[in-house]
Amino acid sequence: MTQLLLFNITNGLIIGAFYVLMALGLSLILNLSNVINFAHGGFLVIGGYIAYTVTPYIGFWGALLVAPPLTAVIGLVVERVLIRPLYGRDPLYSLLLTFGLAFIIEDGTRFIWGAQGKPVTIPEFLAQPLSYELFFITGYRLFMVALVVIVVALLFVLLRYTRMGIRIRAGTLDLETVAALGINIRMLRSLNFAVGIFLAGLSGVLAAGQLGLEPTMGTGLLMPSFIAIIVGGVGSLTGTLLGGLLIGVASGMTAVFFPAASEAVMYVLMAVVLLVRPRGLLGEEGMMT
Amino acid sequence: MSAEQARRLVVLAAIWIVLLLAPFWMAPLGGYTALATRVLVLGLAAMSVNFLLGFTGVLSFGHAAYFGLGAYGAGLTLKYLALSTPLSLLLGMLLGGVAGAILGALIVRRRGVYFAMVTIAFGQVFYYIAFQWSSLTGGDDGLRGFSRQPLDLGFVRVDILSSANNFYYFVLVCFALAVAVMGFILRSPYGRTMIAIRENERRARFLGIPVERHIWIAFTLSCFFMGFAGALYALVNNFADPRGLHYSQSGDFVMMAVMGGMRNFWGPLLGAAVFVILQDYLSSVTINWMSFVGMLFVLVVLFFPRGLLGVVGGRGRA
Repeated sequence: MTQLLLFNITNGLIIGAFYVLMALGLSLILNLSNVINFAHGGFLVIGGYIAYTVTPYIGFWGALLVAPPLTAVIGLVVERVLIRPLYGRDPLYSLLLTFGLAFIIEDGTRFIWGAQGKPVTIPEFLAQPLSYELFFITGYRLFMVALVVIVVALLFVLLRYTRMGIRIRAGTLDLETVAALGINIRMLRSLNFAVGIFLAGLSGVLAAGQLGLEPTMGTGLLMPSFIAIIVGGVGSLTGTLLGGLLIGVASGMTAVFFPAASEAVMYVLMAVVLLVRPRGLLGEEGMMT
Repeated sequence: MSAEQARRLVVLAAIWIVLLLAPFWMAPLGGYTALATRVLVLGLAAMSVNFLLGFTGVLSFGHAAYFGLGAYGAGLTLKYLALSTPLSLLLGMLLGGVAGAILGALIVRRRGVYFAMVTIAFGQVFYYIAFQWSSLTGGDDGLRGFSRQPLDLGFVRVDILSSANNFYYFVLVCFALAVAVMGFILRSPYGRTMIAIRENERRARFLGIPVERHIWIAFTLSCFFMGFAGALYALVNNFADPRGLHYSQSGDFVMMAVMGGMRNFWGPLLGAAVFVILQDYLSSVTINWMSFVGMLFVLVVLFFPRGLLGVVGGRGRA
């Protein structure tokens, strides 16, 4: 029983790490640009398939280095061409646009790579379980969690200590003032969008190594990321981080006792948070309107 | 009678003549009556979304949930409770509306994109319930094993099961009732208040209007309409589909409303007609229809954000 519980908590943490990566990217874009990026799951899939395509030539490590930046570049182009004209208009429009974009990406990947699942080979030594006792902790899972921790730490350092990060945080609070101070907010939004998409691409590569690839895999991760943001509190990246881990572990633990509800428990959690604390765990009062 | 009033009467008459004669002009144009029925039902759903989106200015992206609840409510009623078409419609509507009233209370304090996010997430709850609770709902396969029943009007029995035209007119009557109620609400002082909230929420608040309560009422009402449309949809297909609850269905409804023209009472119906016919056509000619629908979304947002009737010059009149 302890082992089963431990297994599911580990699972929950790993899933939670994915949620965190996805949700942080979504949250970055949402906070600065007021855009709910429905196509975020699509970018995850693009990252995964790019990794799948380049792995035979440059190996898994090469793919891990190359795929997320490439995804971010695609994201930059999309932002420049499609999303930029919508800033300042009713958020409804960017929502609908990215919603359509998600359709195009899903169908496009199916067209290019086929509807069947595709495996991505990971290095042999990572695929081994670390001990027989705890068979489920493979090197890859440990590696994933470690990488996510490092990336998230880097992101927070970037936001706290670099000039760009400080501008992004300032823009989240009051974009108009930031613009009035002579900062190029178009550039800022583009860069911020690219960082968000980079995270989606990275989670795509990691997910591909763990689960293989399917054109629809992005949509399944989108809802939990939304919930992570709502539970953590809109406007707070730390909140998003906390929310992602929380729902990951909660659904992992529910899987032990009542597997059918492992998905539902996230929604229950969200309802409870909204009832008790409408702004989310770490959300600020002004952020919800 | 002013010229403006006369113009509106003419437009209204034209709309109803087109709808009343649909079974006669659909077939020569290469359509079929069942397609017109679907347009009516989905059009009603899009109008219900627009009741909230276009007239209260609140973006719900999870309305498919209440549509789907209506469908399951109607289906379950016919399957387990009673073989009565009116009762199934009533219970379907109640299921969607009551669920909307409860969740609406949790949601209304949020605004803008956050409102949209919370509505999406809560909408998905019902999708998962329908998906997981296979013993009741049929799970992934959807709810089957029920069919709409002949209407007993006391003096005559109307067969709406095998006659597509009879069923079309039955749906048209239901549609007319719902639309009449909707129009009545929008013309009432309450409806004017909704529009005031849309135009300037802060000013409405300063005038002493309880904004949250009004938005909650609008949300609940629109969920009742949505449940009604969903119940009708279950009767159209004799089938309830879990994908009818999914947020991608919500996106379709919002798209219909936007494409037709959000500020116009009849816009969403036109949007639904274009959307349904286009989707019907695309899915018959290409397997990549999803891309085309996606592109439609992108093109409408970038080039026709005010919708078909917005271009003509609708002014948000009910």
